[in-house]
Amino acid sequence: MANYIKLIVLGVIVFLALIAANFARDLAYMVNALTIALAAGITFLWVLRHTDEPVIKRDLSGEYMDGVIRYGVIATALWGVVGFLVGTFIAFQLAFPQLNFEWAQGFLNFGRLRPLHTSAVIFAFGGNALICTSFYVVQRTSAARLWGGNLAWFVFWGFQLVIVLAATGYLLGATQSKEYAEPEWYVDLWLTIVWLAYLAVFVGTLVKRKEPHIYVANWFYLSFIITVAMLHVVNNLSIPVSIFGSKSVQVFSGVQDAMTQWWYGHNAVGFFLTAGFLAMMYYFVPKQAERPVYSYKLSIIHFWALYFIYIWAGPHHLHYTALPDWASTLGMVFSIVLWMPSWGGMINGLMTLSGAWDKLRTDPVIRMMVISIGFYGMSTFEGPMMSIRAVNSLSHYTDWTIGHVHSGALGWNGMITFGCLYFLVPKLWNKERLYSLSMVSWHFWLATIGIILYAASMWVTGIMEGLMWREVDANGFLVNSFADTVAAKFPMYVVRGLGGVLYISGALIMCYNLFMTIRRSPATQMANNSAVPAE
Amino acid sequence: MAILDKHTILEKNVTLLAIFAFLVVTIGGIVQIAPLFWLENTIEDVEGMRPYTPLELAGRDIYLREGCYVCHSQMIRPMRDEVERYGHYSLAAESQYDHPFQWGSKRTGPDLARVGGRYSDEWHVDHLRDPQSVVPESVMPKYGYLENRMIDGEHVGELMATHRLVGVPYTDEMIENARADFAVQIDPFGDIDGLLERYGDKVNVRSFDGAAGISEADALIAYLQMLGTLVDFSTFTPVASR
Repeated sequence: MANYIKLIVLGVIVFLALIAANFARDLAYMVNALTIALAAGITFLWVLRHTDEPVIKRDLSGEYMDGVIRYGVIATALWGVVGFLVGTFIAFQLAFPQLNFEWAQGFLNFGRLRPLHTSAVIFAFGGNALICTSFYVVQRTSAARLWGGNLAWFVFWGFQLVIVLAATGYLLGATQSKEYAEPEWYVDLWLTIVWLAYLAVFVGTLVKRKEPHIYVANWFYLSFIITVAMLHVVNNLSIPVSIFGSKSVQVFSGVQDAMTQWWYGHNAVGFFLTAGFLAMMYYFVPKQAERPVYSYKLSIIHFWALYFIYIWAGPHHLHYTALPDWASTLGMVFSIVLWMPSWGGMINGLMTLSGAWDKLRTDPVIRMMVISIGFYGMSTFEGPMMSIRAVNSLSHYTDWTIGHVHSGALGWNGMITFGCLYFLVPKLWNKERLYSLSMVSWHFWLATIGIILYAASMWVTGIMEGLMWREVDANGFLVNSFADTVAAKFPMYVVRGLGGVLYISGALIMCYNLFMTIRRSPATQMANNSAVPAE
Repeated sequence: MAILDKHTILEKNVTLLAIFAFLVVTIGGIVQIAPLFWLENTIEDVEGMRPYTPLELAGRDIYLREGCYVCHSQMIRPMRDEVERYGHYSLAAESQYDHPFQWGSKRTGPDLARVGGRYSDEWHVDHLRDPQSVVPESVMPKYGYLENRMIDGEHVGELMATHRLVGVPYTDEMIENARADFAVQIDPFGDIDGLLERYGDKVNVRSFDGAAGISEADALIAYLQMLGTLVDFSTFTPVASR
């Protein structure tokens, strides 16, 4: 019976989406509507083929739901490669503007590809990594199967639809122009639905856990999901101009909009890319090192401190702007205080290796996780430093910020995710081990050298252009025209692009290694997916 | 610390943990964002601010669509070099009708907060067509295709009505005449009295891209040429504390 309702709903969606495509005012909206019609149509056929078919009833409650996690692992790797590829390409666009091809002006110029890059890396790569690892961790630490039946599948496919709609929308010109929140109103609405379903699956699983305690990784996952929901809804408050067009108008303007945007933007970093990934650290590092988390008390203190303080840090993106000074001072103070809880997480992660440091020599996967924590520590020191007004007056608007973001994203988020993927693939596909450890080593070194090239070149260009902009001669006249500073950055832009090439080569090696693990590695005798007391 | 033992209560109860986490995470936002809506000195009192004309508003949408904010800020900080390079530091009042704001976060290209009137229309056309032809060091992409995309402002009235909904002071008259005002702004020999009466005498009226018809380049240049030109700084006195 439920299937009939599903069929009716899906049929209506296809119909409405086709009507919307027909009345579309802009190309992005039309393509998005057709994509929705196609997605709903495929789901319709899939449901139809399974309707009234005999089903073999089997009690699944004793087994973990791992199928959706396997898909999530594949999606993470694929979107990662896409995000890195676009990033490397736009890095070269900045060095060689001819790469903004004349025949593709309305689609592939830097201004349209850059949101594609940031969203692909943060939300497609990072988001899939968070969703699939959280599903893995919450089942293992609760000794319970995912709650909600196929709802987890809805979350997975719904999230992929968000990514496809957002990405095609950017290329065709649908954007709210709010950084990291560029998708237009209908994508925002759909993401809200998917995100609430995600929250339901996660909380539902926690509720039916067989362990009395909720494991620390799950505190981080849970609060990350809740906070991202809040940030997303508030920052995307907008009114569509027409139901048949992608354009919408933000409810807030000027100062208030700026403050809201960076409250969101900084906490997309704070909660999506820090808290969520700390959750990954809290499960996978102890597992891979085969050691318990270093300090339970430290995890309590740094968890609550991080949550309370991070949300205040947004205004450091708006120093010396038209934002009132009181707000920017608050942002600076809390950003500096934030250094401590951030390092609390780093200490807890690194010290987990106490007594297992020798593994660094033999296990390149743990090496990857450790360097990711190292980069985490580095960028959470650099961040508070850059939020000091005097430093910010030099660093703001320059490439230094870009370098800072990438030592966090490539070093911390990228490396910990790679470590988790190397951990997960043999487990999920019931393999004894990875296909090749030496390939993991290659990946490790290519990625590390890539990040160093990236960060170092951006420090050089960032500080250089900051100093060149403010340089005045003895008579008080500006020494450099803006164009001079652009020209001076060229060699470092090439170095940055090469760093990207190294990083993506490492990621491609990882994809090959994971693929061969699934294809060739010897299988384990026992399946890994039966629920056992928390592991 | 014995108080940490109490944490067990939260650790064993999903609902409590979720509620606590949510409460803890809302405080910062409430303290930092909410007062900006009622503290009166947040936005300065200045002479000259007006809503965008229909053509400028359409141009602004093109600015958003092409992702110009990715490389260009519109926020001059009060440092000596910035004031020297770009002009008077930006006021909060100057972006009060910007839904959303366009302050930006990165200067791969220069700040545009006061680019209005700084270059000729012809320069802008050449620059959009081929940035390297006027600034050899530039890494900006080409935007010549905007000249070939003709627009007629079919939905600009609705766009303005939506802006009014969120607080931009467009009058009924402005919205009724949106399409006519849109079309006449590129035609100095047209009936421009209504446009000037509604938006002020300082509105730029001319063919911005130098070609017949209204192209996206017209709209974008109309927007660029008015940026930062509205506030009358001779009447502005900064407040000591903000």
